[in-house]
Amino acid sequence: MSFPFLSTIIFLPLIGCVVIAFLAGNNEKRIKWLAAIFTALAFMVSLAAFFAFDRSAAIGTFQFQEKALWIAPLSAHYHVGADGLNLPMIVLTAFLGLVCVLISWHEKIRVREYFAWLLLLEASILGVFASLDLLLFFVFWELELVPMWFIISVWGSGRKEYSAMKYVIYTLFGSVFILAGILFYYLTTGSLSMVDVGAAEPLVRFAVPSAAIFFLLFIGFAVKLPVFPLHTWLPDAHTDAPTAGSVMLAGSLIKMGGYGMIRLCVSLFPDAARTYAPLIIVLAVISVIYGAALTLRQNDLKRMIAYSSVSHMGYVLLGIFALGDKSMTGAMIYMVSHGLLTGLLFACAGLTIHNVHERKFENLGGLAKQMPFLAVAFSIAGFGSFGFPSTVGFVAEYTTFIGSYVSGIVNGIQLATILAIAGVILSAVYILWMLQRLFFGPVKEQFNNVKDADRVEKAALYGFIGLIFLCGLFPSILTGVIQGGITPIVKSLGG
Amino acid sequence: MNLFLPELSLAAAAILVILVDLFVQRKSILAGICVAGLAVSAIFTLTMWGGAAQSIFNNNVAVDNFALVFKLLFAGIAILVILASMDYVGKMPRFQGEYFALILLSTLGMMLMAAAADLITIYLAIELTVLPICALVALLKDQKSTEAGLKYVLLSATISAVLLFGMALVFGVTGKTQISEIADAISGLNLANAAANPALTAGIVLIIAGFGFKIATVPFHMWVPDVYEGAPTPITAYLSVASKAAGFAVIIRVFSTAFGSPAWLSANWGVTFAILAAITMTVGNVLAIPQTNVKRMLGYSSIAQAGYIMVGLATIGIAPEAAISGQSSLVFFLVSYALTNLGAFIAVIAISNKVNSDDIKDFSGMIKRAPVLALALTICLISLIGMPPAAGFMAKFYIFSAGASAGLMWLIIIALVNTAISAYYYLRVAKVMWFGEPASTEGVYSSAALRIALVIACFGVLLLGLFPGIIMNVTEAAKTLFALK
Repeated sequence: MSFPFLSTIIFLPLIGCVVIAFLAGNNEKRIKWLAAIFTALAFMVSLAAFFAFDRSAAIGTFQFQEKALWIAPLSAHYHVGADGLNLPMIVLTAFLGLVCVLISWHEKIRVREYFAWLLLLEASILGVFASLDLLLFFVFWELELVPMWFIISVWGSGRKEYSAMKYVIYTLFGSVFILAGILFYYLTTGSLSMVDVGAAEPLVRFAVPSAAIFFLLFIGFAVKLPVFPLHTWLPDAHTDAPTAGSVMLAGSLIKMGGYGMIRLCVSLFPDAARTYAPLIIVLAVISVIYGAALTLRQNDLKRMIAYSSVSHMGYVLLGIFALGDKSMTGAMIYMVSHGLLTGLLFACAGLTIHNVHERKFENLGGLAKQMPFLAVAFSIAGFGSFGFPSTVGFVAEYTTFIGSYVSGIVNGIQLATILAIAGVILSAVYILWMLQRLFFGPVKEQFNNVKDADRVEKAALYGFIGLIFLCGLFPSILTGVIQGGITPIVKSLGG
Repeated sequence: MNLFLPELSLAAAAILVILVDLFVQRKSILAGICVAGLAVSAIFTLTMWGGAAQSIFNNNVAVDNFALVFKLLFAGIAILVILASMDYVGKMPRFQGEYFALILLSTLGMMLMAAAADLITIYLAIELTVLPICALVALLKDQKSTEAGLKYVLLSATISAVLLFGMALVFGVTGKTQISEIADAISGLNLANAAANPALTAGIVLIIAGFGFKIATVPFHMWVPDVYEGAPTPITAYLSVASKAAGFAVIIRVFSTAFGSPAWLSANWGVTFAILAAITMTVGNVLAIPQTNVKRMLGYSSIAQAGYIMVGLATIGIAPEAAISGQSSLVFFLVSYALTNLGAFIAVIAISNKVNSDDIKDFSGMIKRAPVLALALTICLISLIGMPPAAGFMAKFYIFSAGASAGLMWLIIIALVNTAISAYYYLRVAKVMWFGEPASTEGVYSSAALRIALVIACFGVLLLGLFPGIIMNVTEAAKTLFALK
């Protein structure tokens, strides 16, 4: 038995959460350091796993598997494992976990609770990505709601309690569909495993049509991703969450939806995916265009970035349901890229708002003079977001669009792709316009004494920027891993 | 007679409590006697576990794994309720001895309910359960409590008459009161459908109504909010958990033994329970939303939970091949619900003792005044919603998967939608406690006994949520029902 990489990655933040919750005394500094140490350890282990991952292993095998019987009467297992689909997401989440601790370094309200919830959140997202058992997956999927609800409600701003409740109720309704899908899948196949498909005896006399299960799961994941018209929780939750909450939400949490679609909807139900892909592609295009149009109209900094996520997740949906080899690879890269870029955007926006105490565009402007570092970091994130070459955003968009265009599986995909590319133009418009309204124009006197990012925050931002360029210049770091996860799905689709 | 020791030891403990009450000043000794009596009873029960199903008193009382698991559950519930009462009995200084003794007698009645295999014995067991509870509900002697007690007496007397009428009809058709013999007699009638023998059908319907009152299913739920609000809070907890579990135990035994065949009959009552389940969970959840009193809210929530549990009953009736998982998941749900609801009520007892109010708005900012109580209550609320990592999630998953394997897809969908609705009112309480401003900075005191009970309940909720296999194995082994050969 090799080193249990995945369990270590999941349980380090969990242990950190418990340690922080029950730590004697109220030394805030110690709490922050503990949080930083536990998340940093998790990140390092995830990097180690990323390098130890055997890229030449046989197609369709899971590495670092750990399997133990969990609930005998339901034949549920504690089963985790990594392949090309989830490993990049695990590394991304571990990275964001560390970064979130760093950018929350100046948190003053209920510090102990804050970091405990943050670590629990990280652990549950990591658990979602690592699980290969449907029940375990769902347990982590739901577990994430609790810390997120607290983080938004207590440390958020604006209509925080409303937004938190909206987020929870929306997601719970999505979860209802997922749970129904999992139940029916379990009864039809007799197994809760995502990998040993068809190994067990069915439990029921009749079979639930696979298209029904496919749609139950798809709707649940579509709430999370989010897909038009199920997206309305997202702007509220992202806008009112504290900075670290937004980074985690946009960077990693909504990717659970995309990951779920590709891991469960597409790979378990390839036929249903082929049949209904054109319908879903339409939703993807609407999400892209409608999301981008809404983004243009926002005058609140965080709300604008939030809406841009709706548009960008449309590309992910397009890439996944174009069902091509390259398009799905592109969608996976896009999720990593969006995690880094939007994570950085939210981090910069959060720091700007925190330092300037202002979030409406009409009151902002000329900040490039007063906070040069943030201006540069913000611009890098912005340029990456509309796919500027040399950043990871370019790799992601290029692969997704080319992959979707050439994918021969779905009819009319070329038109959909062209329409979606129009969204890129819109995104260049809103990003550049945002940067202009934020940093350029006449310098405003009232902002003369605002602080730029400090050392801890700079460290976090440097981390983002480094990864954005690293993955942008050497995309094979990502593609080499991701391809191993995509190939078996493409085979099952017969492409 | 050895097989009756769990019940006998409870009766002895109850008498001892009344006697000792005459002589001692320190009333906490009485609680000690109660807990000891319950523990002895539980130990006797454990020694019988796993044996072959048999019966005592001329087949009137069954001793099988099914009854034993319920006896353990009742003993556990009663211990937690008594521990949680330690802070509360100060409100009724004159009646402490009676209070504890009545709880024991009522628990004795429930143990008999779970074991009774004869209609007459069932009726007597139900009365033995109900009469002490009537007195307990009214024991506070204030206006609300008296009203609640009177309501409970009148309604349960009425419903007893209904139940007895139903039993009489069944007896009239079959000529038997022993439930296995009723089953044989019904098979002997060779009926084709429900219309073939209206008297039997009417009898079964009336029996469903009678038992429906015990588990508080819609439309026999009207007594719940008023009685729950007026009764002493530990008794409300006891009523919402133990009395409900006893009702389900009786229903499973009577329906799966006496009315288990022919197939159309069991399918008919299965569908009836399925429809009642859908209505019950929806009504309970919808009516819980506008409540401002936490005890009333938990009252409606317990109605909704009964709806979820009835999915298991429907499974047993509709799909004989899924009956075992239906029954096992039902018992598992009852165990997890018992721990969860008791935990919630215990936390409510401690908090409302301090703030002197059951209004949700007075729980504001509790996380700052009583972090442990507020955290415990939050865990229990999460479990009531049915979210991981709490027991409620596993219970729902288990019972819904049993229901779905019986083909009750529509019911499962309704139940899942209800789950999402219920999140709103459960989370509202958590929201008030975590994000509200505290009314004062004063801490909330709770006795050691109450804290022990609360820790046991919350620990159980998390344990069952993370490692449900332990209890699921037990509930699966509890499938054996005594039947005459």
